Amino acid sequence: MTTTTDRRGDDVERIHAVPVRYPWRWVSAAVVVVLAAMAVNALATNQNFHWPTVWKYLFSKQIMRGVGWTLWLTVASMAIAIVLALLLAVMRRSANPVMRYVSWVYIWFFRGTPIYTQLIFWGLVPVLYQKLSLGVPFGPEWWTFTTKDVLTASRAAIIGLALNEAAYLAEIVRAGLQSVDRGQSEAARALGMKDGAILRRIVIPQAMRVIIPPTGNETISMLKTTSLVIAVPFTLELNFAQSAVANRIFLPVPLLVVAALWYLVITSILMVGQYYLERYYGRGFDEHSPARGRRGGRQAAINAAHTTPEIGPMDDMGRPAGGGV
Amino acid sequence: MSTQAVDAPMVEMRGVHKWYGDAHVLRGVDLVVPPGSVTVVLGPSGSGKSTALRCVNQLEEIGAGSIHVEGELMGYREDSSGRLHRLHPKKIADQRTRIGMVFQRFNLFPHMTALGNVMEAPRQVLGVSKAEARERAAQVLTRVGLADRLEHYPSQLSGGQQQRVAIARALAMNPDLMLFDEPTSALDPELVGEVLGVMRELAASGMTMIVVTHEIGFAREVADQVVFMADGVVVEHGPVSQVIDAPREPRTQDFLAHVL
Repeated sequence: MTTTTDRRGDDVERIHAVPVRYPWRWVSAAVVVVLAAMAVNALATNQNFHWPTVWKYLFSKQIMRGVGWTLWLTVASMAIAIVLALLLAVMRRSANPVMRYVSWVYIWFFRGTPIYTQLIFWGLVPVLYQKLSLGVPFGPEWWTFTTKDVLTASRAAIIGLALNEAAYLAEIVRAGLQSVDRGQSEAARALGMKDGAILRRIVIPQAMRVIIPPTGNETISMLKTTSLVIAVPFTLELNFAQSAVANRIFLPVPLLVVAALWYLVITSILMVGQYYLERYYGRGFDEHSPARGRRGGRQAAINAAHTTPEIGPMDDMGRPAGGGV
Repeated sequence: MSTQAVDAPMVEMRGVHKWYGDAHVLRGVDLVVPPGSVTVVLGPSGSGKSTALRCVNQLEEIGAGSIHVEGELMGYREDSSGRLHRLHPKKIADQRTRIGMVFQRFNLFPHMTALGNVMEAPRQVLGVSKAEARERAAQVLTRVGLADRLEHYPSQLSGGQQQRVAIARALAMNPDLMLFDEPTSALDPELVGEVLGVMRELAASGMTMIVVTHEIGFAREVADQVVFMADGVVVEHGPVSQVIDAPREPRTQDFLAHVL
């Protein structure tokens, strides 16, 4: 590059203008501070909240066990739901009409009936079918077991939550798969890649960018939906635990605060996880992605490539245009 | 690799037709590409030249006619009674492994680095070990002049660099035939040269290439055969000196008058 020192701008007098003032920002900040102070005051000084009771039960054994179960129900049911949803979404796009139809019917049914009803049903399965067996319909049975030994309340709760959630997630995953440019799978096909590899290596990793934010939403929603498993009935999760304590000591409000605090804490942790997941799957898509090597916009890359005409020595790859080799 | 004689055609299209619903976009295309030659396909937009190219590697299914690559019928199997059976998608994928393709809009995988893009198909399709794929990828990227961009994501590369990665990605599969679908049409004018430079070098190395392009200068320089298409048929074909310098067909003359 021909270095011309005056282009560096060391001797140029820069603009030192008075910035635009935004007085309303200060006014709005003051209003928010006052409102926040009022809210804190209203919460802290009101005896009806029984703050000592809140602290007493916040880390109590029964509540902590509830937190543990709520977390487990959320994680286990979401994990199953995500796998199932991926399967359903891929089936929906399949060339096989049987797969497409089965997926459609599944989503239709599980979205179309209330989750509460579904949970009651899963709780009732051991009553409806006392023995389950594996075999040929109307034919021999190879393997039989007692339903209530296998389908415990916690498993029924997880299955119920997961099967329902999978129907919703399947549509999210389908939207994600559709968002990937057709040229991507076309390029992969032109390279001789087969459908499974294209889906796994090319389409799904790109779809994840679109899938993760609404899935984070669903996970946080699931955290609170777990309180419905009382329908099974399953009685160890956080919401049931807090109401059990509240009923025993006749103080519903502090225990509601306890549960709300824990839901907030878990939600915060989940949001941190979502941030890192989004960052991982966003790699290569934006300027701020944690890609190795030099960052910078497209123009910077063009300049750095030393392929634009005004920049000095040509590289060995057939520069400049029309020049021949 | 084929066991055909050296002078057997690399690509042989016979009476190829293609319909999209009622639209009849290819109306009997005949094209023979000898091994080691460069064929440049010219023609106005909508003439079917990109479609014809995409039929060669079966990205489009043809409606009539036949396409042989290295003597092998593409997309079908012919039984002893002469009846055609459509090949399973996995078999068609296998046929594509020896045909590289470069797209107008690059279609690089944005979530992978340049190195990752080039390693992907050898790893997934040929089952090459990671170390070997990496070494080979670094080699081809160096060949297209991107030795210092291995770890860059496509979004961090200029259009010309992206297209060169796309060429490297196709070359990493050791193809016998390379298809270029308007490889410079999406590039800023100052970036066209670097891509054509790589293609020129590739042609000089003996690669069989079919190039759909509007770059008449490139055709003049590199093409062994120029094919002019219009309305889904090959109107005229022959060496540069004939098709570009002394076109006989009025439609070719008209097109060249507009482009040159």
